[in-house]
Amino acid sequence: MMSSSSAAVVARNLSVARGGRDVLHDVTLACASGRITGLIGPSGGGKTTLMRAIVGVQRRVRGELSVLGMAPGSAALRRRVGYLTQAPALYEDVSVVENLEYFAALLGAARAQVAQLLARVDLQGAADQLVRSLSGGQRSRVSLVVALLGTPELLVLDEPTVGLDPVLRESLWVLFRELAAGGATLLVSSHVMEEAGRCDEVLLLREGRVLAQSTPAQLLARTGAGDLDQAFLRMVGEQR
Amino acid sequence: MKGAGATAVRVLRQLRHDPRTVVLLLGVPAALMTIFRLVYEHERAAFEQAGPVLMVLFPLITMFLVSSVALLRERTTGTLERLMTTPLGRLPLLAGYGIALTLVAVVQAGVVTALSLGPLGLDIAGDVTLVVVLAAAVALLGMGLGLLASAFARTEFQVVQFFPATILPQLLLCGLLVPRARMGTVLHAISDVLPMSYAVDGIHHLSRQPGASGAAVGDLAIVLAYAAGAMALGALTLSRRTD
Repeated sequence: MMSSSSAAVVARNLSVARGGRDVLHDVTLACASGRITGLIGPSGGGKTTLMRAIVGVQRRVRGELSVLGMAPGSAALRRRVGYLTQAPALYEDVSVVENLEYFAALLGAARAQVAQLLARVDLQGAADQLVRSLSGGQRSRVSLVVALLGTPELLVLDEPTVGLDPVLRESLWVLFRELAAGGATLLVSSHVMEEAGRCDEVLLLREGRVLAQSTPAQLLARTGAGDLDQAFLRMVGEQR
Repeated sequence: MKGAGATAVRVLRQLRHDPRTVVLLLGVPAALMTIFRLVYEHERAAFEQAGPVLMVLFPLITMFLVSSVALLRERTTGTLERLMTTPLGRLPLLAGYGIALTLVAVVQAGVVTALSLGPLGLDIAGDVTLVVVLAAAVALLGMGLGLLASAFARTEFQVVQFFPATILPQLLLCGLLVPRARMGTVLHAISDVLPMSYAVDGIHHLSRQPGASGAAVGDLAIVLAYAAGAMALGALTLSRRTD
């Protein structure tokens, strides 16, 4: 295991312009290797833009950003970084397993991994169903499996648990914890403060600015709040 | 070109799960050719003149529609963004589509050619294989234009409006309605830069002159060059980074 001081993602003074104005302002952050960093904040706060910058698909990124020691989006990173988009990005008109076989072929992942990951997210029974016929929760899990194919070192997961029932959400967090224990670095976004408590570190992002980066416990201690929701509200209050 | 084969398989699987589209792709050209034959029942010469041209118009129209909608969906549903985070390059992605759509075009052209030369009694003086190859080249042209249309449309409503904008002018000026030699200077000059004019010249060479394969191959090369140009321009619109 790498030391906790080494970081898989490092950003310094990162700004991103969209539609002629900055939606991220001087973001500085570090995602420690082998840990789960939660990217928490309200919708429209810049979480997706930040994640897109890290996977290298965002235009007009200024400042320093290094991903696994390389420039984001480098060809060499495309097998090492798994990205879960917020809306499930799948081919609706082919089956679950056909979607996964396609992405496995592109990523050079073993075909056996498809069945193994499907079982891991409890979808082996839906393998031959068309994606079109799946429920929203099933789709988002298939999409998650695509991100996990090829066992990437860095996982950038944009709202992986949104809209899922508590049982599924719990099982996914168990999975994330296993992946981190296996050495993967995870950056997981959520607009639910409760999920922040499950992360090793939390990055609070609001209106394109980082309010804080610390462990959930430090966040509570620093604000004197009883729960993370309260802590977030106090942080916002401090900023004003 | 890594990933082109996997992409072709995926596109063909999408079609396989959509039997209605497959039936329409293969059945509509055959039905239209039959209607065309019946319309010109007593004007044999007109059928001999225009029938072969239809053989190269069908792949243009169908592949433009299929590829423009398919690639627009790739752009709007997030699958393109996802592909851009994998090792798949833009050219292998387009090559995959090209392989799959060429296969469909060959089957489509095979059905139309067999029907036209058989029951409908159309005469093709030249090499029938070249007719099918020309149809496949036109299919790639249709795909290239569809790819470009998908770059300038945000919705499926918009993308189908590019059909009358890009395909119909070529239909009017390609020599189907009036031979290109009889067009005025301006129209002739415009028709000279439109790729379908060469596809129609090629099919005329093949249908009328038994020994004109060489001239038809020249036209085929021009159609392929236009197809490659449209794809290259289209590839530029498939950027890894977007707003």
